[in-house]
Amino acid sequence: MKTHSPYPFYFILAALALYVTFFIIPSLSGIAYSFTDWSSYSEETEFIGLDNYRTILSPDENYLSFIGNTLLFTFWTIIIKTVFGLALALLLNQGVRRFVNGYRVLIYLPVILPTLVVALIFRSILDPAAGLLNGFLRGIGLDALALPWLIDPSIALYSVIGVDSWKGIGYIMVILLAGLQTIPKDLYEAAAIDGAGAWAKFRHITLPMLMPALMIVTVLNVLYGLRVFDIVYALTNGGPGYATEVLSTEIFKAFSKGQFGLGTAISSILFLILVVTGYLVIRVMERQSDRD
Amino acid sequence: MPGNLRAPAAHLAAFLASLIMILPVYLITINALKSSSEASTMSMELPSELHLESFLIAIEKGKLLGSFFNSLLYATSATVIATLVSAMAAFVMSRHRTRLNRFFYLFLIMGIALPINFFTLTTMMQLTHLINTKIGVIILYAALQVPFSIFLIYGFVETIPRELDEAAIIDGCRPPQLFFLVILPLLKPVLVTAGILNFLNIWNDFMIPLYYLNSSANWPMTLAVYNFFGQYQSSWNLVSADILLTIIPVVVIYLLGQRFIIAGMTSGSVKG
Repeated sequence: MKTHSPYPFYFILAALALYVTFFIIPSLSGIAYSFTDWSSYSEETEFIGLDNYRTILSPDENYLSFIGNTLLFTFWTIIIKTVFGLALALLLNQGVRRFVNGYRVLIYLPVILPTLVVALIFRSILDPAAGLLNGFLRGIGLDALALPWLIDPSIALYSVIGVDSWKGIGYIMVILLAGLQTIPKDLYEAAAIDGAGAWAKFRHITLPMLMPALMIVTVLNVLYGLRVFDIVYALTNGGPGYATEVLSTEIFKAFSKGQFGLGTAISSILFLILVVTGYLVIRVMERQSDRD
Repeated sequence: MPGNLRAPAAHLAAFLASLIMILPVYLITINALKSSSEASTMSMELPSELHLESFLIAIEKGKLLGSFFNSLLYATSATVIATLVSAMAAFVMSRHRTRLNRFFYLFLIMGIALPINFFTLTTMMQLTHLINTKIGVIILYAALQVPFSIFLIYGFVETIPRELDEAAIIDGCRPPQLFFLVILPLLKPVLVTAGILNFLNIWNDFMIPLYYLNSSANWPMTLAVYNFFGQYQSSWNLVSADILLTIIPVVVIYLLGQRFIIAGMTSGSVKG
């Protein structure tokens, strides 16, 4: 009788087929189509070389500002989520001794809510006249800070960043908290015997030991930030004007307008940015699992 | 800070942070119970009298019942498909580490980082006759959950002793029996984690139906809520009721499965 491998290749096939059909083929053929004038309104699709990319990179168009908004969004959400996530993780790990799980459940709650729903609720909270936030600010005498959060083009992007950070802080906190819990207690005890203060312990024990978790958190935030869609679409839909337009909302607009060639070019730029980032992710995760 | 003040101060900070995090849910809960005029400002005050009719109006006008079953269908079927095919693939790739399998593993989990190209995906959906169909959305969701599920399960397979495989083979198990009767039951913890995360991701998703479902009869709850909001923007009692009904399933699953969710979120990033 012929002996079969107990780990047959066909076990991988279903996952591979789904992935290649709906991820890889569209992404790769998208790069090919990005050199065409593909449109949902015309039967013919012609090769137009780098024209779509020229349009995107032209200073006369707004596309560069959409890339800029995407990068600003990614940068600031990383900073805010990491700083507050770390502060809360430290608070739950060292500050409070009881109810840790209770606090964690509550702080993590926004993470599991549909982004769309969060955006709708915040459209009410951030309403300039009747919104809860401005009502609160006026109530404590900070009338000057009661701004038209989502309406003023100069601050709208930062309001979106604020809402998104609020939703994501719990996620970062949970990962960092798990990281903190793996740091051996005796390191701190030894440092205390040597007379190290709270800051020295944080600087020389907590931070270096937490580096792998911080790295992962950053990478996850980069991947999320570059692809962000829901929160922007439902809060401002890129407005006012183009003040909060990011790559994914612009891609949806190109889709709605039938500009498929241009849309695939924007998608391909996003694809290339993410492939590079994705490669780095794998490297980090690999190093991580080798260490175990 | 003196030691006897440190704990109360920490509790106060943690309590305030928790409060800020649950405030929006509190806000829609109480406003769903108010009259239309009372809810118009979405204030934090408790309702002066209880109104339950908003829920009935939201269910009827927001077509919540139909969209609830759509969401349930998409999330359940795609979760089962994605989790199962991912477990099979992760098992073989983790056990049989050839160079080719190693490549396939990295190739597959790269999908965690990749964006979807919605334009060419449209063409693919048309070619496969899946566009604007329920089955199409299910298959698409399943495909999108594969990379992360494989990543999650792959790590867990390593913790199951290989001796079990060998014993099963000696007892005459063929690969499908080995996997479904011996391995799959042992993967239960990670399958529950992957299942819950996939379910929540799909339930909360808004983008796929926005791109690929134009018939409102096929809409899941997220898209139905968004559409309802467009129509009843000024009636915050109705919008709140609609939102509350949409998030109740998510919150229930979260509270029941939070142990597994946290496990999934932290695995791979920090293994404790």
